[in-house]
Amino acid sequence: MSEKVLMKGNEAIAEAAIIAGCRHYFGYPITPQTEIAAYMAKRMPKIGGTFLQAESEIAAINMVYGASAAGMRVMTSSSSPGISLKSEGISYIAGADLPAVIVNAQRGGPGLGGIQPSQSDYFQATRGGGHGDYHMIVLTPASVQEMAELTVKAFDLADKYRMPVMILADGTIGQMMEPVSFDFKLNEPPAKPWATNGTKMQREHNIINSLYLKPLDLEVENMKRFERYEIVKQNEPMYEEYMTDDADIILAAFGIAARVCKNAIKKARKEGIKVGLIRPITVWPFPNEPFEKAVKTCKAIISVELSMGQLIEDVRLATGGKVPVTLCNRVGGMIPEPEEILEEIHRVANGG
Amino acid sequence: MTKQYLFAGFGGQGILFAGKLLAYKCLMDDLNVSWLPSYGPEMRGGTASCGVVMSDNQIATPIVLHPDVLIAMNLPSLDKYESEVQSGGVIYVDSSLIERKVNRKDVTVYYIPATLLAAQNGLDGLANMIIMGQILKNEGAINDESVEKALQKCISQRHKDLLKFNRDAIILGSEY
Amino acid sequence: MVIFDKPKALLDVPLHYCPGCTHGIIHRIIAEVIDELNIEGKTIGIAPVGCSVMAYDYFSCDMIEAAHGRAPAVATGVKRSDPENIVFTYQGDGDLASIGTAEIVHAAARNENITVVFVNNAIYGMTGGQMAPTSLIGQVTQTSPYGRDPKLCGFPVKICEMLAPLEGPEYLERVAVNSVVNVKKAKKAIKKAFENQLNNKGFSLVEVISSCPTNWGMTPEKALEWIDTNMIPYYPLGVYKDRSANAEVQHD
Repeated sequence: MSEKVLMKGNEAIAEAAIIAGCRHYFGYPITPQTEIAAYMAKRMPKIGGTFLQAESEIAAINMVYGASAAGMRVMTSSSSPGISLKSEGISYIAGADLPAVIVNAQRGGPGLGGIQPSQSDYFQATRGGGHGDYHMIVLTPASVQEMAELTVKAFDLADKYRMPVMILADGTIGQMMEPVSFDFKLNEPPAKPWATNGTKMQREHNIINSLYLKPLDLEVENMKRFERYEIVKQNEPMYEEYMTDDADIILAAFGIAARVCKNAIKKARKEGIKVGLIRPITVWPFPNEPFEKAVKTCKAIISVELSMGQLIEDVRLATGGKVPVTLCNRVGGMIPEPEEILEEIHRVANGG
Repeated sequence: MTKQYLFAGFGGQGILFAGKLLAYKCLMDDLNVSWLPSYGPEMRGGTASCGVVMSDNQIATPIVLHPDVLIAMNLPSLDKYESEVQSGGVIYVDSSLIERKVNRKDVTVYYIPATLLAAQNGLDGLANMIIMGQILKNEGAINDESVEKALQKCISQRHKDLLKFNRDAIILGSEY
Repeated sequence: MVIFDKPKALLDVPLHYCPGCTHGIIHRIIAEVIDELNIEGKTIGIAPVGCSVMAYDYFSCDMIEAAHGRAPAVATGVKRSDPENIVFTYQGDGDLASIGTAEIVHAAARNENITVVFVNNAIYGMTGGQMAPTSLIGQVTQTSPYGRDPKLCGFPVKICEMLAPLEGPEYLERVAVNSVVNVKKAKKAIKKAFENQLNNKGFSLVEVISSCPTNWGMTPEKALEWIDTNMIPYYPLGVYKDRSANAEVQHD
């Protein structure tokens, strides 16, 4: 499939997962991600894979836990309220050091919220969501092509670091169609000697577990896990810089918000205002480097997001108060228009 | 060059399909393109819309707020989006369903009784393709090979028998 | 001459269960069955949350610890990964019949080809003796200090009876482990539940009426008697469903 095809973002995730060797998918219907389940339901039986519609989000993530424990590349997908339900299982997956890929096509919240696009699960994705000290690697695609590429990357990262990886998308990127090419370089999944797939009477039994009743044992496990997280922080931050070289004002945004920012930047540049964009592609680990660099030359940063201000906290941590950081946002399923961002750019350019 | 289209009408009028055909044509022409539908319960019989952005450059936002070209297939859509069209833009109106005229003076308007034409020619449900034929003619693209290629992509093997009707509707629209 | 030996499928480690607890008997039965069917190398056990949470340290086959109530979903994931493997869950009454009702009902409805050993001792043991979904009417526990009042908290859940009308499950039987005769019957049932899986027959659940002397506040001996006098009258032993045997439902 090297030729470009037109596909919805959600479908691109599903196809890319299959290309990456995922043969087990467990999910539960929820808008706006149901295309992923529908695609898997159609394709999996034809390639010897498993698609199973679980009785709940909770059951689905625990099926993922089981299949991952058995050594499989496995995925589930949902949207915001469903991810809350899955958070229990995600914590267990992290605690048992299992690889898994979880897709969140975000919609508005809290509660049942709405079904239109949102980025308000940023804290949930980057700060936990479930209980305990743990992290997921969180990838934020901004195009259908990235939906596909980052899905393949998600499986590689999950296996490499034995941890859950979330694709933090939104309703827009999931629902829109763009040309996409599935011409990837694929990596062999690593061997999984830890998997519970039967001892074959040739080794000691493996145990997949997150329970450590002795405090010291649990402390050691947590410390070891965080040493691994440090390596992830060193190696894996990803970001895109757009017209930042000479920028006085830098926009920080991911996903669909970053796409809108590019329109605003073009408009601002026509007016002679030098604006650029830093687009984190991983939001955990957060790409601090481009922000640390930017504060040396830029005058202000605007965090553009579909939430009440969540990304902005990481931007502030990364910039250490060296330049003012302001918020430009819409929520509830609304998306800021380029003109609204331009207005904030004007305000900041005129000294805020 | 970047051009933004907005297709709007009732669910069931083939709004999303028309956008998809255009998007596929762009892909066949090796242009960048995005197609973004309204989604959710409104698709079941309520209003439906989709935005298509084509460009020879990278496409920034796929969200079409101020289209260069509006295709209005019912009155609520014209009422809602008429004022959003770019000055110098184009509006296509299904005049068999929309009785009023476009108020704007700074846009080009094409009135096509597409639903009526479809009914008269045994092409029920293909008003969308009739308007598409008109768009393709006006943009000088009616004879592009990519139109046929796009049709082949958009219509699944299972519904192959519908290809001819869609072709006929496009031709009918281009001749209006 | 060996008179008594541990089954190979049980590791030679001390169990953490209270004196007089019947979990040990049930563990042993499962391990004997694994040995007799020679399936240790392809068996994966799923431990629950509750008293048997650390079962993963006791069985010599591969083991997974599941979140509370989710063992049937985890088992589904494992079984679907390699249908050749033999997958069993070991769950208590709080785990299976309260927080995990959705998972057990739907695993049964799907006729998931797994083996479920459901230990019903009518109490939350691990947390110190709270009311379980299967606690009897009038039973005094930490959270029903005046006895379980059905007006306040409803009636005990009968899992075998509840699952039996579903089309899905292959085999449902309730047994007890409070006498030599009952233990023998329990072993026969559990063995059948594993054999069913080997023969791809589908979902098999054995409910084992078990005792909890510590939280019932009884001597082990008295607790075994209490099973006969109080538990079994409410939870009749017998086969509730056996599709392939096409047997009539039998109650003792």
